[in-house]
Amino acid sequence: MEKRTDNISRRDFFKTLAASGAAAAGLPACGRNRENGSGAEGTGEMTFRTNPNTGDKVSLLGFGMMRLPFIRGRKAEDGRGVIDQEEVNHLVDYAVEHGVNYFDTSPAYCQGMSEESTGIALSRYPRNKCFIATKLSNFSESTHSFEASRKMYLDSMKFLKTDYIDYYLLHSLSNLDDFNKRHIDNGMLDFLIEERKAGRIRNLGFSYHGHKEFFDYLMSVHDKYHWDFVQLQMNYLDWEYAAKIKSKNTNADYMYYELEKRNIPVVIMEPLLGGRLSKVPENIMKEFKEREPELSVASWAFRFVGSYPGVLTALSGMTRMEHLQDNLKTYSPLDPLTEDELGFLHHIAHLMMQYKTVPCNDCKYCMPCPYGIDIPGILMHYNKCINEGNLPTTSQDPEYRKARRAYLIGYDRSVPKLRQANRCTGCKQCIPHCPQGIDIPKELHRIDAYVEQLKQQTL
Amino acid sequence: MLRKIRVVLAAIFFTIITLLFLDFTGTIHTWFGWLAKIQFIPAVLALNAGIVIILIILTLVFGRIYCSVICPLGIFQDITSWINGRRGKKQKMRFSWSPAKSWLRYGILVLFIAALAAGIGSLAALLEPYSAYGRIVSNLFAPLYQWGNNLLAWLSERIDSYAFYSKDVWLKSIPTFIIAAATFAIIVTLAWRNGRTWCNTVCPVGTVLGWLSKYSLLSIRIDKDKCTSCSLCSKGCKASCIDFRNHAIDYSRCVACMDCIDTCTHGAISYTFRFRHKTPAAAGRADDKPDSRSNGRRNFLSTTALMATTAALNAQEKKVDGGLAVIEDRKIPERKTPIVPPGAASLRDFYRHCTACQLCVSVCPNDVLRPSGSIMRLMQPEMSYEKGYCRPECTKCSEVCPAGAILPISVADKSAMQIGHAVWIRKNCIVITDNVECGNCARHCPAGAIAMVPVRKRHRYRHGNMENEAEDQTPALKIPVIDTEKCIGCGACENLCPARPFSAIYVEGHEVHSEI
Repeated sequence: MEKRTDNISRRDFFKTLAASGAAAAGLPACGRNRENGSGAEGTGEMTFRTNPNTGDKVSLLGFGMMRLPFIRGRKAEDGRGVIDQEEVNHLVDYAVEHGVNYFDTSPAYCQGMSEESTGIALSRYPRNKCFIATKLSNFSESTHSFEASRKMYLDSMKFLKTDYIDYYLLHSLSNLDDFNKRHIDNGMLDFLIEERKAGRIRNLGFSYHGHKEFFDYLMSVHDKYHWDFVQLQMNYLDWEYAAKIKSKNTNADYMYYELEKRNIPVVIMEPLLGGRLSKVPENIMKEFKEREPELSVASWAFRFVGSYPGVLTALSGMTRMEHLQDNLKTYSPLDPLTEDELGFLHHIAHLMMQYKTVPCNDCKYCMPCPYGIDIPGILMHYNKCINEGNLPTTSQDPEYRKARRAYLIGYDRSVPKLRQANRCTGCKQCIPHCPQGIDIPKELHRIDAYVEQLKQQTL
Repeated sequence: MLRKIRVVLAAIFFTIITLLFLDFTGTIHTWFGWLAKIQFIPAVLALNAGIVIILIILTLVFGRIYCSVICPLGIFQDITSWINGRRGKKQKMRFSWSPAKSWLRYGILVLFIAALAAGIGSLAALLEPYSAYGRIVSNLFAPLYQWGNNLLAWLSERIDSYAFYSKDVWLKSIPTFIIAAATFAIIVTLAWRNGRTWCNTVCPVGTVLGWLSKYSLLSIRIDKDKCTSCSLCSKGCKASCIDFRNHAIDYSRCVACMDCIDTCTHGAISYTFRFRHKTPAAAGRADDKPDSRSNGRRNFLSTTALMATTAALNAQEKKVDGGLAVIEDRKIPERKTPIVPPGAASLRDFYRHCTACQLCVSVCPNDVLRPSGSIMRLMQPEMSYEKGYCRPECTKCSEVCPAGAILPISVADKSAMQIGHAVWIRKNCIVITDNVECGNCARHCPAGAIAMVPVRKRHRYRHGNMENEAEDQTPALKIPVIDTEKCIGCGACENLCPARPFSAIYVEGHEVHSEI
């Protein structure tokens, strides 16, 4: 109760302070003045960006509805998983209260339950209070037809309890073949353009995971389709290294500047790479903290994307209140990176490339594996062990025994035995689903072979 | 003083032997594994002449101290009896002299030896004290211990420590659980009422050692001159072997517990050299005890049966928990020949030596070993691969076996020991049923005995039809083929096969193990 009144008075205070302009966007921070003992919240108003096409004032922090909290957490996701709606409402309320007004979902997220959950949470507000983004996720062959794709589009409106969509995306374009099948041959894109004319779609764009040539192609047809916005995987690692990490992807800097040239606003996805840019190896964490002891490691990633003026909003899949609070703190208001700080992140990205982590962002597009493997669980445990230095390469390693124990016991804890890598059949059904282009069976077999070596002590 | 020494030694031995059955990490075995190997019947079965001779000499010198200090079942009865005695003076002095039931003792001993000779190991195992205790611990106490461990594991996970890891708790065999529970109930009831009844009427080891201790060098003696025939010693003797009226002791039943030395208020009882031995008068007088016992047992069996079913339900519920796509439970394939661990040499040798003490079952880290439910091999362990497989780096069971049923084997020898061979079942294989690539069995075969070959679409089904030749099947899928010459029967393929509920590849045991 006490905290609440305190919040309000402070917000009032800042309202007057920032009265000079809601367009505080891009302004250098009004300083990091902390007027109370808590460092948990932002010091002022959320930074907003203006969409050049519609004039929408969009909060720089967007809420990604892909990683919604489940009741009983990760371990409940076996088809019986239930979204913790009460917590979702609570998170959304807190976000809206602090200025967040962009919510991004998809028919595919959270075992197909994300849209409905988002609809429940947002329908409690006037429709014009928030911008809703959803996608045409017609990946499966059975949804390639015009009827099935159209149904998916109409269902989205039904679940989201709305009669128009602010931002509609062709979900995860990756190559021309797939693009033609899903959107051109069936006439779906033409239909959506009609819908845009009719005002039921306010902005039409796409999200992208693919190589440079196809991106160039999509830019070349801009005049024909007029993309209102594009959603990119952008962060300080993918900025210059995306193609190096996986050759099928394109560096974010190239795509960003191509879009800026055409004055197309950019929505950012994976600014944190599913947490890989916040859960970093200890030496990297120390470097961050040495520069800014009070800032979270994650805040750097958000400041990075926020510092580019062409960015409309940066999406963050916030499962927990702490994530939301930390991000609000980073963007209320944004403190753009200096040249020096950009150089520092460049150096960090270089350091990170030394770690042979698997570029999995835990998006779960590969799931469910028909044979019950917990693919992201296995890859994330592997990454975690790399970051914590628990991946011994030889039994001569002075920390070998400790690291071995941590890897094996932690493995059983985070992934049930029947869902571990040694159960992978190598059927390859997961490969086309991975937006990061990871050869999942190959990685799983490699990890399994490593675990075998640990178990048999033959390293 | 002598009594105190006995109590301290017994407490140490008892605790460690119990821990042998509880500790699944193998730490205790490294140091105290020998405690299982000095048990009488296991040593006899292992043809461990040294141990048997030492135990015989020990008994010929000191009397039946084996029963008081080394045998865990004996100490377990002492503890039960002592707890009852703690309730008051009356309970403590509840015993009285009763004559030996020699016909029963020797009858059971003959039956026991006959069962061993005939190779009905499980019947002998029912009577063998050390294994009876092992079964009680591994079936009744181990789950509690493991749940305790799992609680610690849960806590240590919360504080990001790797000090404890959780262990799957499951009911390995219902018949064995029921037998263990029944044995437990019978032993506790008998010990609670009359102390060492079981040791002195049923136990074949007790009978053999009792016969030897009649001639022991040192023994308890009553000094007739000091004795006032106050009866305290008889009332305090849990073995019911002191006939105070005649100042006589039945040495075949005395377990040398030294209790009577402290009980006697006149200093008439001492533990000294014997110069001449007396035979106690044995009179057969049947009492009504056996009746009430069988009654009690019947009640008991029904309650344990109830407990067993609830335990099974719990185990199943637990498995559904967690994960993503639902994974069906594995079913046990029908094996024509049971599989026994490398080191067993052959089924016949294994079943002749095994006393079903469950020590190997307790230590198996991969949940491969479990007691058999088959009537001829009841309670004796066998292998199955639903929960894990016989991993190449592990030789735990061969290290702990006290009875020589599983002889020590090195990791290298194990990798070349054929205990069975894999069999492929076409109709279960996902390459055929789901039309996908797999090869998980070949990828994990430690012996390199499985190769992948293209499916040839010319298989004739039983009803004589030919399968359609699929038109230019893009890169032909591959199915596993087994080189039985190389297969060692470890079960990696069976365990890791994605087909459910039955694996598409399973292991058949070999009657006689062979080296590649």
